Amino acid sequence: MEDIVLHIDDVHKHFAGLHALSDVNLDIRRGETHAIIGPNGAGKSTLLNVCIGRLEPSQGKVLFEGTELTGKQPHQINQLGVVRVFQTPEIFEDLTVLENVVIPMLSKRDGAFSLNFLSRLDDQADLEGEAVKMLTDLGMGAHLQQMTSALSRGDKRRLELAMGLVQHPKLLLLDEPTAGMARADTNATIELLEQIKGTGLTIVIIEHDMHVVFSLADRITVLAGGRVIAQGTPDEIKGNPKVIEAYLGEEPV
Amino acid sequence: MLSNNKTKDVLLLVIFAVFVFSGPILMTPFGAAYPDLLQKFAIFGLFAIGFNILFGLTGYLSFGHAVFLGVGSYSAVWAFKLFSVNVIPALALAVVMSGIFALLIGFVSLRRAGIYFSILTLAFAQMSYNLAYSVLTPITNGETGLRVLRQDPRYLDAAFGAEIGAQLPPPSLFGWVMTGWSGFYFCAIMLVLGFALSMVIFRSPFGMTLRAIKSNQNRMGYTGFNTRPYLLSAFVISGMYAGLAGGLMAATDPLAGAERMQWTASGEVVLMTILGGAGTLLGPVLGAGLIKYFENIFSSYNTSILNDIFGFLPDSIQYVVVEITSLFVGEGWHLTLGLLFMIVVIFLPGGLMEGFTRIARIKGTASSKGVANSPQRDVVAESEIKATPSNTQPAE
Ligand SMILES: Nc1ncnc2c1ncn2[C@@H]1O[C@H](COP(=O)(O)OP(=O)(O)O)[C@@H](O)[C@H]1O
Ligand SMILES: [Mg+2]
Repeated sequence: MEDIVLHIDDVHKHFAGLHALSDVNLDIRRGETHAIIGPNGAGKSTLLNVCIGRLEPSQGKVLFEGTELTGKQPHQINQLGVVRVFQTPEIFEDLTVLENVVIPMLSKRDGAFSLNFLSRLDDQADLEGEAVKMLTDLGMGAHLQQMTSALSRGDKRRLELAMGLVQHPKLLLLDEPTAGMARADTNATIELLEQIKGTGLTIVIIEHDMHVVFSLADRITVLAGGRVIAQGTPDEIKGNPKVIEAYLGEEPV
Repeated sequence: MLSNNKTKDVLLLVIFAVFVFSGPILMTPFGAAYPDLLQKFAIFGLFAIGFNILFGLTGYLSFGHAVFLGVGSYSAVWAFKLFSVNVIPALALAVVMSGIFALLIGFVSLRRAGIYFSILTLAFAQMSYNLAYSVLTPITNGETGLRVLRQDPRYLDAAFGAEIGAQLPPPSLFGWVMTGWSGFYFCAIMLVLGFALSMVIFRSPFGMTLRAIKSNQNRMGYTGFNTRPYLLSAFVISGMYAGLAGGLMAATDPLAGAERMQWTASGEVVLMTILGGAGTLLGPVLGAGLIKYFENIFSSYNTSILNDIFGFLPDSIQYVVVEITSLFVGEGWHLTLGLLFMIVVIFLPGGLMEGFTRIARIKGTASSKGVANSPQRDVVAESEIKATPSNTQPAE
């Protein structure tokens, strides 16, 4: 019996007649890096939205380590250890880069609510130290005190990643973490993700860049038109005629 | 690096305290150095500091905070009537009762964000105001207002055998009376304590969480925060500040009326906070002082005073100048205030504190090491006022 972390069971999602997801079944194994690929509009982000409680599935359910996520509030899902890194950065624009990273650490350490108003932020050396290290590792050590609204798009993506990683999730959901990054940054991110993968973290990654997918993924699921059209190891997917067909008309991969 | 270092904060607090306690001297050139007015500065400063913890940090704009001022005043007067002329039970009851009211009103109002939240708080405030005049007259004494009487029971005082002379003594703290200058100094101590607490909140993980909610409430959910109890806590804390302010009003002048809960009073604290700088530590106090100054000083000017001021001008010009300026004083002080408010909001959306920061930056560019470490960091960080937090539900 395999150790299944995330069990997506017969999930459907309709948007006023549009079938964004139909009959999606997917099991994520513990410790694997699972890539979800597919053309634009295939329903990849929608699938993650269903997982983290941003969207309710029209039908079906999602189980995380046996706990049903469907119907749970987003903060409860996050507290279980399911962490999403967003495709379009959803950072705190009025906070500094460092504060953006410390915020997720607080919810990890103190829970969904804590009336912690008597301690001082600058006394939390442990939090700050880890946040600074994370940001430095990601090459953002020079931006610690900057307001995030001033960051470049690539830096915002990296900040998103840092915000997810500092929570030490059990399951990390990455939505196109390298989109909008320069080649060098992409390579740095791959390196970082390889390191994370080495720690045994379970990762679901949506990615357009096949270079990233094939260098990281243990297994790949291909979505098209809201349906799973193929699943397998990178080698199986590369030669699958259905996949090649689904990508016809898309940018060459 | 995560917030100002302690030494700078202590320094700011000390400077603040020195300014507040030397108010009687500092305000003399402005003609405002009399206890009644300085008391008002301190009391409304507290009210605005508390309001800022809700509005400045979370962005939730309450239009009904005067309710808590009223509840605080009524509670304090009742404590003077039932327990003692000592201010301790009165202020304690004021804070507790306003906290309970804030818990109830906040619990309901915070089910909505943005403009709907504001409308809900306004509705509660108007409801309380009208109830105070009608159904609740046995508690509020309706239009006459609730006052302390000589024949009130004052059970605590009676139990300790305190003698009441022919005249009712004013509220006091073990002999420290709440009238005149000694009353001002008591309010000043409260203001400094209130300021210190707000500083503690601003620098805490809780305070940063509130700022993050203001910045992107949706994201907070996906980051593992249950935002509702955070907002409710901020609402209750700010309601308790308002209750304390209301209690102090009753302590310095033992009378409570429902007009304290009118929507204009709720609006006034919004103006004070925005004028001074929402989300900054000092701004709300400045805004409160400025508005109370205008209200008391400008409104006391009349044509004969203006004629005296402009007496040096030739008669015809003097007439014109007095006619024009008289529009802005006396009853017209609201016009002056309105203009000032518009100018600040248009040119300094971060309030007066943004103005000071800009001046400081121009002067100190050579030596500045980036705004992040300056004592006014939170001024700069929050110079853009977002009236309401983003309220976009996940689109579907
Ligand atoms: N909140 C929404 N409301 C309506 N339609 C949506 C919503 N989110 C996604 N869709 C639609 O569902 C389809 C799948 O979108 P998405 O999951 O974002 O695709 P992708 O695979 O590119 O991430 C698209 O046609 C998109 O327009
Ligand atoms: Mg997408």
